[in-house]
Amino acid sequence: MRYALIVIPLLLLPVLLNDFWLTQVMTRALILGIVALSLSFLAKYLGVVSFAQAAMAGAGGYTIAYFGPNSVNIGIELPFWISIPLALFLATAFGGLIGCVARRSRGIYAIMITLAIGIAFFYFTRQNYALFNGWTGFSGVRAPLIGGISLRAPVPLYFMSLLSAVVSMMLVSGFARSPMGLAIQAVRDAPGRVMALGISVSTPIIAAFAFSGLLAGTGGILNVWYQERISSFSVGFGPIIDILIIAVIGGLRYPSGAFIGAIVFVMLDTFAVDLVDRERFNTLIGTVLLLIVIFAPNGLQQLVMDGAAKLRRAKQPTN
Amino acid sequence: MNKLKLAVSILALSAASASAEDIKIGLISILEGNFAVSGTDAIRGAELAILDVEGSVDGNKIEMVSMSSDGSPDTAVAAARKLIEQDGVDIILGPLSGSEGLALRDLSKSYPNVTFINGSSAAQDTTLRQSSDNFFRFGGDGAQWMVGVGDYAFNDLGYKSVAVVAEDYSFPYTQVLGFMSEFCAAGGTVPEKFWTPIGNSDYSSVVYAIPQDVDAIFVALGGADAVNFLTQYDQAGGDKPIIGGSTTIDQSILESKGPFKKLLIGAPAGSPTVGDYDGAEWQAFVKAYTTNYPDAFSAPSIFAHHYYMAATAALLALDEVDGDLSNDHAAYREALTNLSFTVPTGGTMRLDANRNGIVDNFVTEVYEREDGTLGNRVIKVVRDVSQSLGQDPEAFLAMGPVSRDNPSCP
Repeated sequence: MRYALIVIPLLLLPVLLNDFWLTQVMTRALILGIVALSLSFLAKYLGVVSFAQAAMAGAGGYTIAYFGPNSVNIGIELPFWISIPLALFLATAFGGLIGCVARRSRGIYAIMITLAIGIAFFYFTRQNYALFNGWTGFSGVRAPLIGGISLRAPVPLYFMSLLSAVVSMMLVSGFARSPMGLAIQAVRDAPGRVMALGISVSTPIIAAFAFSGLLAGTGGILNVWYQERISSFSVGFGPIIDILIIAVIGGLRYPSGAFIGAIVFVMLDTFAVDLVDRERFNTLIGTVLLLIVIFAPNGLQQLVMDGAAKLRRAKQPTN
Repeated sequence: MNKLKLAVSILALSAASASAEDIKIGLISILEGNFAVSGTDAIRGAELAILDVEGSVDGNKIEMVSMSSDGSPDTAVAAARKLIEQDGVDIILGPLSGSEGLALRDLSKSYPNVTFINGSSAAQDTTLRQSSDNFFRFGGDGAQWMVGVGDYAFNDLGYKSVAVVAEDYSFPYTQVLGFMSEFCAAGGTVPEKFWTPIGNSDYSSVVYAIPQDVDAIFVALGGADAVNFLTQYDQAGGDKPIIGGSTTIDQSILESKGPFKKLLIGAPAGSPTVGDYDGAEWQAFVKAYTTNYPDAFSAPSIFAHHYYMAATAALLALDEVDGDLSNDHAAYREALTNLSFTVPTGGTMRLDANRNGIVDNFVTEVYEREDGTLGNRVIKVVRDVSQSLGQDPEAFLAMGPVSRDNPSCP
């Protein structure tokens, strides 16, 4: 019932919004939200802040570009019903591999090791021409045609993204309650006790990273369809920081906050240049982010929930 | 700056009352990060062109909306989509750098009712291969910007063998092609090419691997990379003469400190824009620039120069069709295709079959001024440089796209 209140208006958006708002703002926010969700999942349930999410998303995106129609004549064209599962699988495996490398580190060390992996992946894509086409990357990547309708058209792409976002949210809440999800949270809280019970600590950590790779890969695939291109810039330092910013302003402790953060970020990114002088627009973006962090240290999701709680209290009869 | 904008809008408003529709031009430039200074200068160039026509063409007010890219193709595409879908621009002017240009060329195929005019982006394949019907470039590519240098190095300076040190991406590849196509045709050889990542700080492995028997080094590195390489080469005792790419020897490197600068004296380079050029049209352009922007550079940069040419072309063609953009810009594009006008460097700009500019290029040389500072002076001007560098277009295309190994003449 509570979710219907959120989902039904979202389903009606294509009727209300023009293509620009639907695609450039809503769809983009949903896609960035899914990638940021993969970060807040790790942060909330495993207690690890990962900087390698852009690389995981890139693994999914590059797979789609390499095995799909593109205009740079690199790669093998496979039908989408093979390339999509393959991209999801590779993103998941890459996530698991990163988890394997980072499984012994915590806190600041986990940040450093995942940052190193993210940046190494960025330089690798920039220098490798056989698989990643280096600096230029892939362009002219087309989303699949299903029944004559391109998934890149504004309305289908929006619904694809919305569906992926809803499924991702459901997966996160389901996974968190599963035995493996509980083991992950136990590792977060007391790794020593988990070991004392005879449960391996590595497996839950690798599983958590692999799952976040699946989420990030989903976002990565949608992002390639949306951008119709991918290059080393798509996995560079800029996107890495953007994903962190989105997760933080939404609230790292709330998976759904990722989407709130993404909407705010996309609006700022798109319209700041119209609001202030074009030489100062980054100052505006920085100031707003700073204010959010100062006045809502637990993110916008917390702010919204506090507001709602206050309203509810005010509504109650006072006698 | 703000006063100028005010002036433009007042002029534009007074013209608008006369009649007709607004024509919106969306400007894409890099206004953040490393290239922000260049990107701001690019916008000055476009504004100068609009000032030339006092903000309106045949009673149609010209409105300029600008968007920033951070230099990545992704943001350039996002900026263009926003300008088209939200602001409803008729013409896109930009972008600034190579990969962005390729991305917008691809994007332009999805928006047949918008005309794209390239800013200063200089990748070769933007127009040479898979060109787009509504993407125009009133300027050259990285290879055209090197025309004259290979010939000068072989025939005038007598270099027979040259090693290449360049950054590992498309723009330097194209620059190397421009240099090598003349140099190798004249009989020179390039035994070794070193490709380094952008932002590399340690060049020692390259410095010590440069063969001792080459006559000179062709360095196509930009900004800090050039300073780092030249400093380390000098410290290692290197004394080969240097040949520069279009972005290697600019005023910023000439004004930086360090003993490596003595390596540069006499170094030739290729460039479409030379601040000190004494041509009458150029001097007039410099005067307009410095009058309107007293706080900017002492002369327009390569970016201001190219955005100025692009905006001028856009406005001249608009004037020719009396601001008529109906029928998916059919008449307007016809006018752009057949346009011919005098550019600030004195030559005549016109387009080839791929809608790429036939341009002027300069061979320059670094010289020491009387006060000990360094400057660039013009050795020769090459007019009418085509994208196939004067070769048969078919044969030129058959050589294939540029890469680390193409061209090659060891």
